Amino acid sequence: MASDNQQLEQFKATFFEECAELQSDLEQRLENLSAGNYDLEDLHAIFRAIHSIKAGAGAFSFTRLVQFSHKFEALLDLLREGQVEPTAELVDVLVRASDVVADLVEVAQSGAEAEDDYGADVLEEIEALLGSDEKTASGAGAAQDAPADADEAGPRRFRIRFLPKSSLLQSANEPLLLIRELKGLGALEVEADTQSLPPLHDIEPDELHLRWTLTLEADCGEEAIKEVFEFVEDECDLEITRLEDASEAAPPETAKADATPEPGAKDGSFVERRKGGRRADDPKPGSQRTSSIRVDLDKVDKLVNTVGELVITQAMLAQQIDALTGDRRARLMSGLEELSSHTRDLQENVMAIRMQPVKSVFSRMPRMVRDLSSKLGKKVRLITSGEETELDKTVIEELADPLTHMIRNSADHGLECPEDRKTAGKPEEGTIHLTAEHRGGRIVILIEDDGRGIDRQRVLAKAIDQNLVSADAKLSDEEIDNLIFAPGFSTASAVTDVSGRGVGMDVVRRNIMNLGGKVSVQSEPGKGASFVLTLPLTLAVLDGMVVTVGDQKYVVPLNNILESFRPRPQDLKTLVNGGQVVRTRGEFTRLVSLARIFDVPNATHDPSQGLVVMVEADGGSVIGIVVDELLGQQQVVIKSLEANYDPIEGISAATILGNGQVCLILDLDSLEAMDRLSGLDALPLIDAADEETPDEGPAEAVEPQEVPAGEDGNTESGG
Amino acid sequence: MEAVQTVKTEAEAVNALALENEPELAEEATGATGDMSQFISFRIGEEEYGVDIMAVREIKGWTSVTKLPNTPDFVRGVLNLRGVIVPIFDLRCRFGMGETEATKLHVVIIVTVRERTIGILVDAVSDILTANAEQIRPVPEMDRDRQERFLAGLITVEERMVALIALDELFDSKTIASATEHAVTE
Repeated sequence: MASDNQQLEQFKATFFEECAELQSDLEQRLENLSAGNYDLEDLHAIFRAIHSIKAGAGAFSFTRLVQFSHKFEALLDLLREGQVEPTAELVDVLVRASDVVADLVEVAQSGAEAEDDYGADVLEEIEALLGSDEKTASGAGAAQDAPADADEAGPRRFRIRFLPKSSLLQSANEPLLLIRELKGLGALEVEADTQSLPPLHDIEPDELHLRWTLTLEADCGEEAIKEVFEFVEDECDLEITRLEDASEAAPPETAKADATPEPGAKDGSFVERRKGGRRADDPKPGSQRTSSIRVDLDKVDKLVNTVGELVITQAMLAQQIDALTGDRRARLMSGLEELSSHTRDLQENVMAIRMQPVKSVFSRMPRMVRDLSSKLGKKVRLITSGEETELDKTVIEELADPLTHMIRNSADHGLECPEDRKTAGKPEEGTIHLTAEHRGGRIVILIEDDGRGIDRQRVLAKAIDQNLVSADAKLSDEEIDNLIFAPGFSTASAVTDVSGRGVGMDVVRRNIMNLGGKVSVQSEPGKGASFVLTLPLTLAVLDGMVVTVGDQKYVVPLNNILESFRPRPQDLKTLVNGGQVVRTRGEFTRLVSLARIFDVPNATHDPSQGLVVMVEADGGSVIGIVVDELLGQQQVVIKSLEANYDPIEGISAATILGNGQVCLILDLDSLEAMDRLSGLDALPLIDAADEETPDEGPAEAVEPQEVPAGEDGNTESGG
Repeated sequence: MEAVQTVKTEAEAVNALALENEPELAEEATGATGDMSQFISFRIGEEEYGVDIMAVREIKGWTSVTKLPNTPDFVRGVLNLRGVIVPIFDLRCRFGMGETEATKLHVVIIVTVRERTIGILVDAVSDILTANAEQIRPVPEMDRDRQERFLAGLITVEERMVALIALDELFDSKTIASATEHAVTE
């Protein structure tokens, strides 16, 4: 029994996973509908999604969900049949109904029970819409009778020949459920044809050898019967014959059952066929099933890991072979080169398994924008493009929050209310463009609005107010715009439901930085603002610069490196407490000596003998890391240190270099904090006696230069 | 058991161990009553220690490691064990007997402690011991001895005394954390 339960739980889990996928599809399709693109294909997809949810819910006895989705389905069916018009109000009801379904699914998943009257209002609306048509529609799915049957009333008899293919069971269909559903339509007689059953020892448990002849007496139309078989239509041959009266109910011809069933009109029966148009757009369930499988992400991770090892092993081999001499070496080398190209292919393919289109995140946005626009009283149109752009699943998961926040921000702060837009000579409806595209091994996501743009005066005033910049600082327009990412910055004068809840753009920036990405903003007052997110395609690998300090090697995330140089001795200043700063282009930057904070022996302590790597920490501050030399840039596979050891300050993770040695990846944020701990920032950073103090008063220390300096965009890495 | 110390490679060492102990194991197993436990014993200088064989994942020769910054002396660093980053602890140093001057002849025992995989650096692996609960004696209380907290018991095998190590005590996160603090403030 325990294993039975376990299995049931597994099926349930699969059902909920499926629900999530269906819902995501549903949202998108509904969005299409509400955008006015009335497409029958969308309607069919919505119908199928709800029907699948209903079917699954039925199997697990989620009664509430079944009841609700049943009504929903009925409404959709009417719409599909053209009985009701897809007005804006109707679409709105659909959207809300899909919300209720989503909530009910969630409730079912948590194992709780929904409140009794939950969704009752939507249900009422649906029923109201169904109302007038309910009289003509009847039976499960409220399908419309075929025109021929419409004029007749009272129970009718059908003979249904259900000839499933032997593979029916393999696609997780259960004939018993179908028969039960038929029984729900009316009185049913079932006759099983066991003729083609193989002898016991030849039976494959997942092959179906039974055929059925069913006689149904019900007051529904043929459509309702076809409905029952909708999901197996490609897996079986179906003949539905209308019987005029009991005497005509001829016994089935067993001989025919054995023959490969041919679709065609024989003795007045017809084989179930969809109307041409529908069939053509309908993706075959069969082909879909073979095109994808569900794989545990853990398994993929292991695969990625193993391939990573393979790459390293191969690099080690290459080094060994390189040390050889003579004829053998050349032959080995050519073999190895081939191996290396295969491993590279393999690695790319394995990485590609984790890749998913950003659609799964993008599809959540229209819905949110819809809600927002009604909440804010603004008309907002969201145009998305590039949904097919692929990136790593882990990145996608982490992307949802920042993206939601930024779009909210654009709708709330960026776009004006309709009156203001009118006076500004813009269309009442504001537009937000959400675009994704690949650019040079990274993904770029653009969020553009045509709103008022960033109010620079207000931003600057607020920043000065919040002590983020000094009152007399002269900042460029771009620098002011980027102040919105400064920690603790918020211009929302009133805390609204939508934004201004203390979670500012700085959090967005940090989230994006944590993903190894960057975010910046461009704004044109009165015309709009655009946010640019640049993200790595995957979190599993990182572009890094390998540096040496003494006999140790470290990896600096390449994305954070602004520049690197050997400072002239006269540009270095040592503070009274032993801390050092370097001057570049009139700005002073604090230096962090890895040799000192990591206590590495044999390292260069004088920056003018070594190199300074200027990095922008994820928090936005800039520090200069003192290293001995740069070894070169390399893509590294990120390995967790914490799996087997405790977190180490200053180190974010580890990686394995080509020689098999472990190399530590620097955590720039905590490096900066470590340096602070050592008391360096207790004193003013800039020597007050120095005549070269530019436009910064001694009152504010390093803060003012943090944000603007990060936006210089100097990513050249010399050396 | 002397033979083992002269064995050059880990593979040979393990093979030798297996061969050498087979008759003994069989013998002991047949005569065994009650809860029998097996231990891998190893040497640090003249001292012999043992760890529960069930915790041991593999035994490999010493290879150079990558140092971790700001960690206590007994944390030698991390190495790449087929793609997994594994920290290596110097047991000699942990017991306050100074750092091991590791050579290729030194051995790293990879063990699993509380779902973490770690390596302990020892001089040489010597034996597989089998003992029942009665043969394991408690460690006598000696105030000044820094080691005793990390010992789970003592077994006497052929006139030799083997100290069983309480792995989870020895390399517990808290223990390491406090040792780290100590190292940093020093």
